Amino acid sequence: MQNRSIKNGIYDSVIFLRQFVLPASLILLLGACGDDYREKLANRGSHARPVELILNEVGRPIPSILERQQELHRDNGQEPQTLDPHLAEGLPAAHILRDLFEGLTAESPDGRIVPGAAFRWNISRDGKTYTFYLRRDAYWSNGDPVTAEDFVYGLRRSADPATASKYAQVLLPIENAAEVLAGDLPPSELGVTAMDEFTLQISMRDPTPYFLALLSHSSTYPVHRASVQEHGSAFSRPGNLVSNGAYVLSEWVIRSRIELVKNKNYWDAEHVILEKVNYYPFEDQSTALKRFRAGKLHWTSEVPNNQFKWLQEHYPDELVISPWLGSYYFGFNLEREPFIENLGLRKALMLALDRDLLTEKVTQFGELPSFTLVPPGIRDYISPVPEWAEWTQAEREKEARRLYAMAGYSEENPLEFEIRYSAGEYNKKMALAAASLWKQVLGVQATLLNEESKVFLQNKQQKIVTQVFQAGWISDYADPYSFLNLFRTGHGRNDYGYSNSLYDALLDEVAAERIPSIRRRLMFETERLLLSDVPFIPLYTYVTKRMVNPRLKGWQSNVMDHHYSKHMFFLKAASDEAPATTAETRVVETEEQNSRIPGSAQEMTVPGEGDDVILAEDDAETAEAGQAQGLDLPPDEKETDVSNENMLPEAVTDDGTTPEDLLE
Amino acid sequence: MTKQADRRVIDPFEAALEVSDVRGSSPWEHAWHRLQKNRAAVYSAFIMAAMFLMVVFGPMLISWEPDFTDWDYTSTPPSIASGHWFGTDAVGRDILVRTLSGGRISLMVGLVATLVSLLIGISYGATAGYFGGVVDRIMMRIVDITYALPFMFFVILLMVVFGRHILLIFVAIGAINWLDMARIVRGQTLSLKNTEFVEAAKACGVSDWDIIRRHITPNLLGVVIVYVTLTIPQVILVESFLSFLGLGVQEPLSSWGALVSDGAQDMESAPWTLIVPSVFLTITLYCFNYIGDGLRDALDPKDHF
Amino acid sequence: MIQDSSMARHMLWRLLGLIPTLLMLITVAFFLMRVAPGGPFDSEMLLPAEIEANLNAKYHLDESLLQQYFRYISQVAVLDFGPSIQYKDWTVNELIGQGMRVSLTIGLAAMVLAFVVGTLLGIIAALRQNTRADYLLMGVAMLGISIPNFVIAPILILLLAVYAGWLPAGGWDWSIASMVLPVVTLSLPVTAYIARLTRGSMIEVMHSNFIRSARAKGLPERVVIRRHALRPALLPVISFLGPATAGMISGSVIIERIFSIPGLGSYFVQGALNRDYTLVMGVVIFYGVLIILLNFLVDMVYAWFNPKVRYDETS
Repeated sequence: MQNRSIKNGIYDSVIFLRQFVLPASLILLLGACGDDYREKLANRGSHARPVELILNEVGRPIPSILERQQELHRDNGQEPQTLDPHLAEGLPAAHILRDLFEGLTAESPDGRIVPGAAFRWNISRDGKTYTFYLRRDAYWSNGDPVTAEDFVYGLRRSADPATASKYAQVLLPIENAAEVLAGDLPPSELGVTAMDEFTLQISMRDPTPYFLALLSHSSTYPVHRASVQEHGSAFSRPGNLVSNGAYVLSEWVIRSRIELVKNKNYWDAEHVILEKVNYYPFEDQSTALKRFRAGKLHWTSEVPNNQFKWLQEHYPDELVISPWLGSYYFGFNLEREPFIENLGLRKALMLALDRDLLTEKVTQFGELPSFTLVPPGIRDYISPVPEWAEWTQAEREKEARRLYAMAGYSEENPLEFEIRYSAGEYNKKMALAAASLWKQVLGVQATLLNEESKVFLQNKQQKIVTQVFQAGWISDYADPYSFLNLFRTGHGRNDYGYSNSLYDALLDEVAAERIPSIRRRLMFETERLLLSDVPFIPLYTYVTKRMVNPRLKGWQSNVMDHHYSKHMFFLKAASDEAPATTAETRVVETEEQNSRIPGSAQEMTVPGEGDDVILAEDDAETAEAGQAQGLDLPPDEKETDVSNENMLPEAVTDDGTTPEDLLE
Repeated sequence: MTKQADRRVIDPFEAALEVSDVRGSSPWEHAWHRLQKNRAAVYSAFIMAAMFLMVVFGPMLISWEPDFTDWDYTSTPPSIASGHWFGTDAVGRDILVRTLSGGRISLMVGLVATLVSLLIGISYGATAGYFGGVVDRIMMRIVDITYALPFMFFVILLMVVFGRHILLIFVAIGAINWLDMARIVRGQTLSLKNTEFVEAAKACGVSDWDIIRRHITPNLLGVVIVYVTLTIPQVILVESFLSFLGLGVQEPLSSWGALVSDGAQDMESAPWTLIVPSVFLTITLYCFNYIGDGLRDALDPKDHF
Repeated sequence: MIQDSSMARHMLWRLLGLIPTLLMLITVAFFLMRVAPGGPFDSEMLLPAEIEANLNAKYHLDESLLQQYFRYISQVAVLDFGPSIQYKDWTVNELIGQGMRVSLTIGLAAMVLAFVVGTLLGIIAALRQNTRADYLLMGVAMLGISIPNFVIAPILILLLAVYAGWLPAGGWDWSIASMVLPVVTLSLPVTAYIARLTRGSMIEVMHSNFIRSARAKGLPERVVIRRHALRPALLPVISFLGPATAGMISGSVIIERIFSIPGLGSYFVQGALNRDYTLVMGVVIFYGVLIILLNFLVDMVYAWFNPKVRYDETS
């Protein structure tokens, strides 16, 4: 027994002491690292400031201001489903493919179309034949030259129904594409021909003014024929993938990391500064944000949506918001009660929503209230603004109530319907907010249904159960037609059941029209007709919002949100004494870069249809249209017109000259 | 005939017996006494009772409705001035009233799902245990098969297939949890089967079903009660996981799990949206676990010395 | 000798019994997935009919359900799980191979951690029953069970990765640092449960007759605990290991999402949501086999620990 009591005593004291071990160690730890910790807490909001940006005569940064290690870590949202450019869908794959491959055209950081694999092109008078002259110094990552045959092969493969590409409809403007996709003609009948080793000719079915913008889409990329034939569906894996862009795929760990390294055989490799680019998938955006704050990530794809104020306060220099070419709206199912043939009721619901409140309180990141379908930012195109957009919200609500009553509803007999939405950043909040507003203003009883995305898509398409549903569209190319076309009778994504033969006729006219000014007017009328029929409720236009490390430069906010890693670079961190965010640094960058003021609608320089279309009998118009885009016109125009489209913003160089021709 | 003298001795005793009203005490009463001595369990029971009252009557008494969006006060911290004592969420809904009405759903899910698993599990397990032999083997094999699928996967599949109706959540969770119940009940039945009173019943010719119903089941009650009390918190947690994955209760209904997972996203910018529902959730789970423990200690015969 | 051969026969019988179990599992999962509304090719993009037909043909989705089922079974029999429908460049075998390494590492580490720490805490609490230490330990354990891991994980990330910078905030690169947080968070609820279980079972055992006799024999307490109490006390813990693993696998779905870990759990959820039939089936089968084997193993270990069970099983 004595043994037991001694042992008991030891146990007892150990247990007694053990209670204090945890708190004591915590205190000790905090004390030791306390200073460090407290400082870190205080500096939670800051990343190192960059040094001043100085560019050389070709518009690239001088070597002395560059960080030694040029490696980018980017958050890419979801894991890309494939890196085969003809099968890829979704933004995550598009970002990576843009770095790996180069299409006939490319984009400058501010979103203008610039030469890509083709250094100049020629559009025929009737707008139906494009001739592309390829660079002779472009090579694949394995050393093979990039030839017109590669593009022919790529386009045919993309259109081939056996490839089963979901995005091949991007190619529809090409002659015979529709028949090839339907399987009525073999891919060899597609309207693309290699005239010689470095000349490619594409025939269009109709003059398609926005075709050049389409050419930066991954469905039009070339692929290395020998690799595809050798590896089959595994050709897009690291080690097998041969790419003609600025980077090569070096590693792909599914759901973990995709690593790209600089392509030494890229024709412009000497101007590519980032050596390595890492893409990480993140399902949980708040983890991505935490990783960014810990300094391990330089670029996030989004920010968690309730934290705008907090982020603005703590990370003002890292938060980047800019307009995006996309519209968010609620759609009506026009084939069902209660909205079938009930224009007044639809209008009432449309008027009753306070868009200022929604964008201020719900989305918060500077989204712009919208009253039209096509978002602002497409050059030269301004949507028709409906009359009620000018009213005050009080006036709108009054009219809404009047229309609501006229439709036969009241407090005793409220309108009831279901709002469907699927998981997404704002969808739940918007639906909640809209339901609440409708209840407050009109007394509507709306039920919310959060559906899983596949089910949601199917329901919308079938139009059997839907009544009001969340919808939106982010454009693949900067032309109003991509939005207007959604409402064509029978269009695959016409979930509204909207069918207006006049509208369809107008759309056909738009598709066939070559003259830019006439085309603009036609689209204006088309959109006006659409808006007056109220098949949907416009709410707001998208913005991109993300966190970017302030030392990463070379990119610009553009309305398509296309960013090439080959333009980017890291500046060194400014030393501690020099106050970093100096006015000088700001001056050097253009206003377009990092637009921090949400809602300041800037005219994004985006290729509008007016620039691409060639030509009419009218030469003056030709010249005006040609110069901005550098389209090649009659052979006596300078080739250098095209190449004036630099990759970089106007910037001060150290000898004060403006950047010149990069090519040749 | 009793002698007079004896009578005189016996009578007082007789009188005393009638007065003192001695009764035997059943094992249930023993258990009850032991339970009362377990302070943690008693306090937990009181807290749970208070919680029930709060979630049932609270939303009726508070002036805000759970789906009312107060646009002037979005994402505000708790304050008396704004009228939102526990703050608001990102669209201006009052946190307190949402937490309380969310509590209704969470507790309801806990109770109903557990009930579903209870009914299935008891009948299944008792039958398997009682009949034994091949019947038992087959039935337990089926349990093994269903056990082999991680239940979260199964529930996710069910939610994906059938949609997110709240009834379905009850069924899905209940349909997974009955397995443990069945196993335990089967084990108990196996050991009860060979006791003397069951033998006696069989000898008397009582039918098998009646034996299960009248003799085996009441003896299982102890184990079952304990298990139920411990399953409820598990179920509430499962529902919270589903909510986190986006497969839980539908808007505008909410549950503690949904509130907590939303709050976890904004824990730095709006910590009250996380703290308030988490506290309620944690307290409830704690209480159920302590009550369950207390019940187990009280009812478990092995604890007697 | 007799009991060995019957154990061997028993083991064989159990192993053979795995096959119909597996078959049932595959069938249920297969038909359940197909019943789900929506298909893998529904997307925001409009799909020309020809393309859709080609896609369906490519993955044999145009055949009758029964045909697809038998085709699948015959494929699985040779361990070919087919191509993944959403990750077009990879086969399911490759995906599972990659994810499996990660998931098994985390799972094993978490299990070991949970077992070691849990039993230790439980034993201490049991030996110090009803003292302050006991209440403290069990209170903390209760916390581990009551707070969902999707709350604990972000808090830990904030504290340790963002503010302090000691550990990475999510991501997986096979470094010890990136493993710490996910493994710890995953093991927390199981540790807590094991601690409580061990405590309860230990208390029960310490009060049983044979312990009393061991003490009466004059054996020192430590020997009593180690040689007589520990084994029977750990029995319920051992039999809990099976469901514990299943629970951990379920929990891994959440952990993998929060920490962005390329494990199998996240494949499953994404796969189910995207109707990637082959991938979902592959993951289900993998985990099914794992759990069945594990339960089998646990039963064997349990039988080895507890001689009484061996004889009962033959009845």
